[in-house]
Amino acid sequence: MKPNFEQYDDIPGTTIFTMDLARQGFHLNQFCMSLRSAANRERFKADERAYLDEWEMKEDQKQAVLDRDFQRMLDLGGNVYFLSKIFASDGLSYVQAVSTMTDMNVEQYQAMMLAGGRSPDGWRSKKERGEA
Amino acid sequence: MARITAGIATSHVPAVGAAVDMQRTEEPYWKPMFDGYEFSKQWMRENTPDVAIIIYNDHASYFGMEIMPTFAMGIGDSFAICDEGYGPRPVPVVEGAPDLATHVCASLILDDFDMTILNVLEVDHGLTVPMSLMFGTPDKWPTKVIPLPVNVVMNPQPSGERCLALGKAIRRAVASFDDDLNVQVWGTGGMSHQIQGARAGLINLPWDIQFMDDLIAQPEVLQYKSHLEYMVEAGSEGVELIMWLIMRGALGDQVDEVYRFNHVPASNTSVGHLILTPKDN
Ligand SMILES: [Fe+2]
Repeated sequence: MKPNFEQYDDIPGTTIFTMDLARQGFHLNQFCMSLRSAANRERFKADERAYLDEWEMKEDQKQAVLDRDFQRMLDLGGNVYFLSKIFASDGLSYVQAVSTMTDMNVEQYQAMMLAGGRSPDGWRSKKERGEA
Repeated sequence: MARITAGIATSHVPAVGAAVDMQRTEEPYWKPMFDGYEFSKQWMRENTPDVAIIIYNDHASYFGMEIMPTFAMGIGDSFAICDEGYGPRPVPVVEGAPDLATHVCASLILDDFDMTILNVLEVDHGLTVPMSLMFGTPDKWPTKVIPLPVNVVMNPQPSGERCLALGKAIRRAVASFDDDLNVQVWGTGGMSHQIQGARAGLINLPWDIQFMDDLIAQPEVLQYKSHLEYMVEAGSEGVELIMWLIMRGALGDQVDEVYRFNHVPASNTSVGHLILTPKDN
């Protein structure tokens, strides 16, 4: 069967971690994996730039990490489960980190979740939303 | 001979594990969700299996991007707990069932499922949170475990058809093992959730409930649902639900629904839980 990675491009506000995007993010995600050890988390926190320079990451990937710009990291081939090692190092929960990718602050995001979450209505297709 | 006596489906939200570990299950935010598992813990005390085959996905906890197996099986004596960035969960080590695992894994390979064999594996919240939900906080887990990690993180994930067929092959494999063992198959993950992008926080409870109904009554139809539909309707991480199809396939054609529970939200997720038993048991 012919792969069709493009079919996911129409989902609004969503970056699907496809095999081809994963290739672009390989070194970024490998850096994230290194943060599974407490010793590495400490070294990273002590000097983030120096730690990042140990990895074959592209400069824009390193900058996105330093900025904690999770959406940018997704765009550059990161995946949220890998990126979770960065926000875990910061002592942040999934809700705290994930909300930064939305147009809400964490309190508004929490309130949305408590009210039943984000309805898929209006969020199914970029074409439908006039974004593509 | 070994028999599959039940299937468990449950979400495996990491924050649920943290709530257990930090003794926050009685707090107003968490209590309604944990109350929904009280029946299950009691049922599990009365129906503790010798072995649970737990279908779950690793969340970049043990597998990096060097090697990304689509279907794998842990055949070791025991499995340590991953450090997912917050330190390992303070739960007991997970004991394996190497004899049954070796038999099932070999049987699956001969049945054309090209399993990756894991003699060493550390398990993450995908496997340990369901155990905490079903068993609480014992000093030692009451059942042995065969971990069956599935790639649901990177697209393409395995198809729904392949997942249902793998479950059926697991049923055959267990039935051909000579020792008299009570085996359960657990399908974990889901239900609707999205934890990335501007669309994060997506929940689709009506869709989740329909998925449960179809999983019970017409898995042969449900297996054809596309990855795209899971992602659009149940969020980018909702595609984890393909793992429930593996559990369902292992139960045979008809099942009885013993228990069902839904709760929104736990962290970013719609929590869903089923206990099913095969009708021909
Ligand atoms: Fe998961």
